[in-house]
Amino acid sequence: MRYHTPSSFEDASAIAAAATGVTRFLAGGTDVLVQLRSDLVTPDDLIDIKQIAGVRDITRRDDGSWRIGAAVSGAELAEHEALIAEWPGVVEALELIGSTQIQARCTLAGNLCNGSPAADSVPAMIAAGATVNVVGPEGTREIAVEDVPTGPGMTSLRPGEVVSAVNLPARGESGGDAYLRFIPRTEMDIAVVGAGVSLSRDGDTITAARVALGAVAPTVLLVEEAGAALVGSALDDMALAALAKAAEAACRPISDKRGTVEFRTHVAGVLARRAARIAYDRAGV
Amino acid sequence: MIHVSTTVNGDAREFLCDPRETLLDVLRDRLELTGAKEGCGTGDCGACTVVLDGRPVCSCLVLAAEAQGHEIGTVEGVSDGEDLHPLQRKFIEHAALQCGICTPGILVAAKALLERDPDPSETEVRYWLAGNLCRCTGYDKIVRAVLDAASEMREAT
Amino acid sequence: MAFDEEMDEFKVVGTRPDRPDGIDKVTGRARFGADATAPGMLHAVIIRSPHAHARIVRIDASKAEAAHGVKAVVTRADFADGLEGENWNILENLMAGERALYDGHAVAAIAATSSLAARDAARLVEVEYEVLPHVTDVDEAMQEAAPVIREGAADGSVPAGMHPNVVRCHDSGHGDPEEGFAEADLVIEERFTTEATHQGYIEPHACLGTLGPDGRGELWCCTQGHWNVQKVCAALLDVETSKLRVTASEIGGGFGGKTAVFIEPVALALSRKANRPVKLVMPRADVFRATGPTASTSMDVKIGMKKDGTITGASGVFRCQGGAFPGAPMEFTAMCAFAPYALKHVRQVGYDVMTNRPKQAAYRAPGSPMAAFAVESVIDELCNRLGLDPIDVRLKNASREGTKASFGPSWDRIGLVETLEAAKEHPHFSAPLAEGAGRGISCGFWFNHAGETAVQLALSEDGTVQLSVGTPDIGGSRASMCMMAAEELGIPYEDVRTTIADTATLGYNEISHGSRVTYASGLATIEAARDTVKKLCKRAADKWGIDAEAVEWRDGCAIPSGPNAGDFDPMPIKEIAGRMGQTGGPIVGHFEATPEGAGVSFATHIVDAEVDRETGATTVTRYTVVQDAGKAIHPSYVEGQYQGGAAQGIGWALNEEYIYDEDGRLLNAGFLDYRIPVASDLPMIDTVIVEVPNPGHPYGVRGVGETSICPPLAAIANAVSNAAGVRMQDLPMRPSRILEALKARS
Repeated sequence: MRYHTPSSFEDASAIAAAATGVTRFLAGGTDVLVQLRSDLVTPDDLIDIKQIAGVRDITRRDDGSWRIGAAVSGAELAEHEALIAEWPGVVEALELIGSTQIQARCTLAGNLCNGSPAADSVPAMIAAGATVNVVGPEGTREIAVEDVPTGPGMTSLRPGEVVSAVNLPARGESGGDAYLRFIPRTEMDIAVVGAGVSLSRDGDTITAARVALGAVAPTVLLVEEAGAALVGSALDDMALAALAKAAEAACRPISDKRGTVEFRTHVAGVLARRAARIAYDRAGV
Repeated sequence: MIHVSTTVNGDAREFLCDPRETLLDVLRDRLELTGAKEGCGTGDCGACTVVLDGRPVCSCLVLAAEAQGHEIGTVEGVSDGEDLHPLQRKFIEHAALQCGICTPGILVAAKALLERDPDPSETEVRYWLAGNLCRCTGYDKIVRAVLDAASEMREAT
Repeated sequence: MAFDEEMDEFKVVGTRPDRPDGIDKVTGRARFGADATAPGMLHAVIIRSPHAHARIVRIDASKAEAAHGVKAVVTRADFADGLEGENWNILENLMAGERALYDGHAVAAIAATSSLAARDAARLVEVEYEVLPHVTDVDEAMQEAAPVIREGAADGSVPAGMHPNVVRCHDSGHGDPEEGFAEADLVIEERFTTEATHQGYIEPHACLGTLGPDGRGELWCCTQGHWNVQKVCAALLDVETSKLRVTASEIGGGFGGKTAVFIEPVALALSRKANRPVKLVMPRADVFRATGPTASTSMDVKIGMKKDGTITGASGVFRCQGGAFPGAPMEFTAMCAFAPYALKHVRQVGYDVMTNRPKQAAYRAPGSPMAAFAVESVIDELCNRLGLDPIDVRLKNASREGTKASFGPSWDRIGLVETLEAAKEHPHFSAPLAEGAGRGISCGFWFNHAGETAVQLALSEDGTVQLSVGTPDIGGSRASMCMMAAEELGIPYEDVRTTIADTATLGYNEISHGSRVTYASGLATIEAARDTVKKLCKRAADKWGIDAEAVEWRDGCAIPSGPNAGDFDPMPIKEIAGRMGQTGGPIVGHFEATPEGAGVSFATHIVDAEVDRETGATTVTRYTVVQDAGKAIHPSYVEGQYQGGAAQGIGWALNEEYIYDEDGRLLNAGFLDYRIPVASDLPMIDTVIVEVPNPGHPYGVRGVGETSICPPLAAIANAVSNAAGVRMQDLPMRPSRILEALKARS
């Protein structure tokens, strides 16, 4: 295994593009190093992006949108009060991953690029309408987060492409987001189901809503029907029931060691409702 | 082999390592600091906890090469010479360890907590330490020891 | 050595001094299994079967042997031939012979100059398997269609006509349960199951071994019993026992799982072949795949009760699966099941069933927690349906001194009633329950054990004492040994140093198991101290020119036993020690025996739990352990045993389980998906130490380590069932299971 520490994303991309064997980018390493240790994936080239300038910066642009560097850790995100005030759901989603120790290392970009359908931060990012900046051999592009995962462990990133930053849109007035997951313990588990909700209110009425579900399909799902079920409502019981129904209808889970099809489907509806309530309350503040 | 210069418990240290070696491997096998333990090797148990630039990390999930230019703190650096840290004293006093294998990781993590929050609640202590598995104690005496150490440290300042 | 009725005032016992190894353990200095090194040391890796059941057609290690840094490869051929009985089982388990019997079964091992080199080379070993049919479920393994794990493994206890996978049977009881059921107002019979759980010690098995061409060896390892390791290694490697010296490292948890031998003979075999020291540390996944989980069970329990709460009859069938070898603790399951109750009609039957799973190892009160789960669940249901108080019913039927135990003997002095009374008086039992919460009660029983024990106590010239014991300190026992020695000698606690001696230093010491350490090594320490006192008194008597019988020992000094003995100033231990070279030589007390009289112990637990009706998630909100310790030497460490047992029980009840796929592969061989409780899962665990002295120990000590895991499964199941309004009969009570049960009810 060769260990590289490029000083720009262009260099990182060039190393990856030229590599012929197994290549991995290293940000927090909380997935890559587990796979290495477990003999699941031993990269021929490991490209550490943490020495690239700006990778740990959190920036609020003039238009109110955010740029979060690819190596910003969960702990750093969770200490950023201005970001928490605007996007608490995204922050809490990343913060739920692993332990305090994992928080010091794990990143939004890594969580996304690992391609797990159970990735906690991904439903929250999708609900938020987040995008990622990608640097590749053919230049840079911006992709919606929901377009990155294509299957368990797989992404739409092309050979040599690397995520350089995550973008969150401007929160705007009267908006709120939330993420909830179900795990058997209180910490340290992989999500059995995850639900992210982001919505905007005009008074009591929901004017826009996005709902994303994790661990209920081969990729994290953006469930447009679930968002639509909320729009125009004041989150009354009927809207919540319609939300749950739409969430359940979107589920295409598997039964595995962490949960059954029935359980995941049922809990997806429960969590979507609970997350919607939190997001709604946050939007009203 | 990669040449790495780093700081461990305030001392400048240099070593050569294979790119696949973890920080835990190097601490234990090359720097003779065996206080950090390998309980799982996959970041699930916290026995290998060290601080990296002030933040607790699982040293099994950090490559040794990543330590270049950074500051590492291990359990061997928790006490001030012969003077035990209040957490260390309270762990003994409260019988907060039985077998003691998780103790180094818990002490390093708890110290990082108290440096951030001198007055954590029981719930905050429990969630902060959720990544440090202990199979002997049921955590009761560990949580009490951390809360008591925090209390003593607050009174001392 | 009987309970000393005179010993009612203690100076040291019952206090809470700092443990002597505390500083080493909070500074990182303590040396555990993986912390040792030796010059020229090699690192070893074990290659394991990916199949649940397969014939090993061929092992080709030639590419691995040629790889960079590789110094030795061993397979079964490198171990002793012609072993029988349990030694054969141990060898077959730690290095497969003709067949791989479970996912993770060792087939070869490699030693190389670094662990990376060893891991790289391991991938080059080619093993050809012929996959065979497998079975991992206990009930399926007893069905006619189940593949036979090993022909002829059953012993004479198994009734004719049973499947060859049933290898041992236990059947005991008295009276006629059918007669008892006929007298009952309500009879409940239900089936219960529990999954296999792992001891989950945080320290993986690790050792460093050297075995030279002359057959002399040194071994450092984390174990609950280094004399047993010595004996097993000698047999499996065909070397003389006394030529192998085994030193126990600090041990990072065991809970029974480190009573067994898994890797030490492999390291020694590699060392013998490479003629270099070999270090072998198990990866965590291997710990789950190849070291002892406890048995999984399937149990049928039937109990009859009158309207007044009298249990009229009880019977149970307990099927325990212990992996690909005989040894599942079904006799303990059966014997513990009804032990808390005085029953006129009772019968318990146990079956030991083999499957394609790892060889089970002892786990804290092996077999008992599962039995309590089944029995105490049925009693709870009877109480619910008859409208009876769960503690009153248990008190009404409780075993007491003199009553005949369900498995035969009459009880000596026991403390079950006292734990029930203390539980009833505890504020927890009468505290109001939150809306939707449930409360559960359960009793539990464990035998406790004594075992072969040798201890030596040597006086230093300054009057301090070096105590050598042979039982590894798995939870603070050095402190209790120091306390008992200090109590007897009348010297400060700090003046005693307790060392865990190696196998060359003391006679045979049985494993630290059966909650025996504070009982047996403690008793031996007291005896060795009393032996020392006799010798100290003799020196004083000689100096004073009087009979040794005229001298007694008080507060660390020899004194004349009365005015008739003479008028001499007290002679302190330091004075005698300082002159011992001139007065007869070194003063050493010792004790070697197999004590009788490890007192049994009982506990009663109270648990409150809340269930999220939408997700099936359980939260344990309050937990109280009440247990009879006989006499608590160091109360903090007794409390620690109570709390630890409760926490392990909570994990077992709610989330821990071995999960196999249809190919018999273990799916959760790591702490990520083998979900032991984390700090945020648990409440504080309240403890009440009841002290009903054990008649078989001078201070009244009973073992405390194991009983604490007996009641939790049932207590939590009762709390959850009462919260959810539906009886939970299968463990773990994972959220999906609770949700299914809730749905089935509505």
